[in-house]
Amino acid sequence: MKWIWEGIQQAFQLIVYGNPEVFQITLLSLKISGLATFLSLLVGLPLGTLMAFGKFPTRKFWVSLINTGMALPPVVVGLTVSIFLWRSGPLGDLRWMYTPTAIIIAQFIISVPVVTGLTTSTLQQLDPRLSYQLMGLGASRIQSVILLWREARLPLLAALMAGFGSVISEVGASMMVGGNLKGETRVLTTAIVLENSKGNFGFAIALSLILLGLAYMVNLFLTIAQQRTTSSD
Amino acid sequence: MATILKAEKITLVRNQKKVLSVEHISIEEGELLAVIGPNGAGKSSLLMALSTLLPVTEGTIFFEGKQIRKSDRLKFRRQISMVMQDALLLDTTVRENIGTGMRFRGKNESEIKQSVKYWSDQLNIEQLLSRKSRQLSGGESQRVSLARALAADPKILFLDEPFSALDAPSRVRLISDFQRLQSENKVTTLLVTHDLDEALLLGDRVAIIIAGRIRQIGRPDQVFTQPADLEVAQFVGVDTIIPGVVQSNTHGLAVVSGDGFQVEVVAEVPVGRKVFVILRPEDITLVQQIPAGKTSSRNLLKGEIKELIPQGPLMRVILDCGFPLVALITRSSAIEMDLTAGMLLYASFKASTAHLLARKDEKEQQFA
Repeated sequence: MKWIWEGIQQAFQLIVYGNPEVFQITLLSLKISGLATFLSLLVGLPLGTLMAFGKFPTRKFWVSLINTGMALPPVVVGLTVSIFLWRSGPLGDLRWMYTPTAIIIAQFIISVPVVTGLTTSTLQQLDPRLSYQLMGLGASRIQSVILLWREARLPLLAALMAGFGSVISEVGASMMVGGNLKGETRVLTTAIVLENSKGNFGFAIALSLILLGLAYMVNLFLTIAQQRTTSSD
Repeated sequence: MATILKAEKITLVRNQKKVLSVEHISIEEGELLAVIGPNGAGKSSLLMALSTLLPVTEGTIFFEGKQIRKSDRLKFRRQISMVMQDALLLDTTVRENIGTGMRFRGKNESEIKQSVKYWSDQLNIEQLLSRKSRQLSGGESQRVSLARALAADPKILFLDEPFSALDAPSRVRLISDFQRLQSENKVTTLLVTHDLDEALLLGDRVAIIIAGRIRQIGRPDQVFTQPADLEVAQFVGVDTIIPGVVQSNTHGLAVVSGDGFQVEVVAEVPVGRKVFVILRPEDITLVQQIPAGKTSSRNLLKGEIKELIPQGPLMRVILDCGFPLVALITRSSAIEMDLTAGMLLYASFKASTAHLLARKDEKEQQFA
């Protein structure tokens, strides 16, 4: 059991002395997952708003589809993206397979339903008369939507964080479409899998601690925002 | 007064159900039109339709003489304001909330500041300006909502039961302040309420809506004393509705008789016409004995007290005069007269306070 303690010690040394590889992997993970989440926000926020307030016949069908998408298995996404980006696939000419772009696409597909679904449910929880009240004061549709987003800013932030959480911690899709190439597509989760299989537990624990730290910071940020709102009541 | 808003032959269908069918309604500049009706009558739907927040299924709405088309709706809504039953304030400061409507209209910050100061002062909420909306009481929130609506300088103010969610003291104070502001500013207002007293107190005209249809529009006293039909009569608080037949009519004084009674009513009605005699409870005077001298009251009916129902400072007395007759007197009078169930009394009322309405089996119409 000594090796477990040695692994933890090694992990702390790697983090404290700023190991360049650990730093590079962490930065790449943040870049890829951050960009994927940002893109899912650009799509998910308006789409979720449309699902919440739109009046069209197939709305319920689309909402249920999005809700199903919230539990989309990352390996299925990885497989689908791989098929499309494979050299002989429909988008093979783009040469995106085993690049950060491929991981961003896969993570975007994973986080879009999360951001969209949570945006929908958040906005549906607002008082439906608020929208009429704003329009009754002269708001255009866009002005009204922006104010409704502002009213729901905290749960919407939570939706965004949930989207980020779902992609920073996934491994299946990143492994399949990124290939875990050192210095190019190796992110925290794929690196942990690799180092674990090599028996390099110190490195794996170091990366796991960073991943846990990121998850904690996301939650801390949310809690602070929540407490600030609550304390102003 | 010029007509500022007019709707012709409008219908509104929601969830495959026709909730509104209004032949004609108009609001004159500077007036307060109170729309009253029972729950589910279509009051709020009418307000939403006239404010274009819910597009009408059929019909046309005109603002200042011009038809409001789909492309004109935003422009129109930037000339109106709205206050709903709940304040529905934004999660920000009172100051920001009051300026909301003005910001939608693209006013500059100095105009907004000036207007916020003026209306917060008018509604006695200047001390709340820096507070968050969530820190306000119900009464304060509704004052902010009213200030927000008025600060936008609307040509028409739409009020959807703005006082009904408040506790009694807050409600009385806000109604009083609103009445003062209304008399000073003469903002054209459409007020939707289910409260008859509110409509009587605030309305220049009153519209009664039942089952999605406007059944009567007129001055409050006219609507309350001369209801257009039985349902309106029941809604405006007429408890005594007696069927009878006109026996004679001399110099505009009709004699109506029914099952064991005969009353005189000021009305021009042909002899033989089947009618309902409509009596408001507050128009009936109760006496223990037949008055000794002459009285101007043309009608005196003997009855037995069936029930006494306390109603705040008043007492509702239900008499059996061969038909149920309801009188509303003060509690003090009830105590002084020592009223108890089973006691015999006389109910008197003037011929001019009763109102006749043709029965359904006849052609329904009012008689002046």
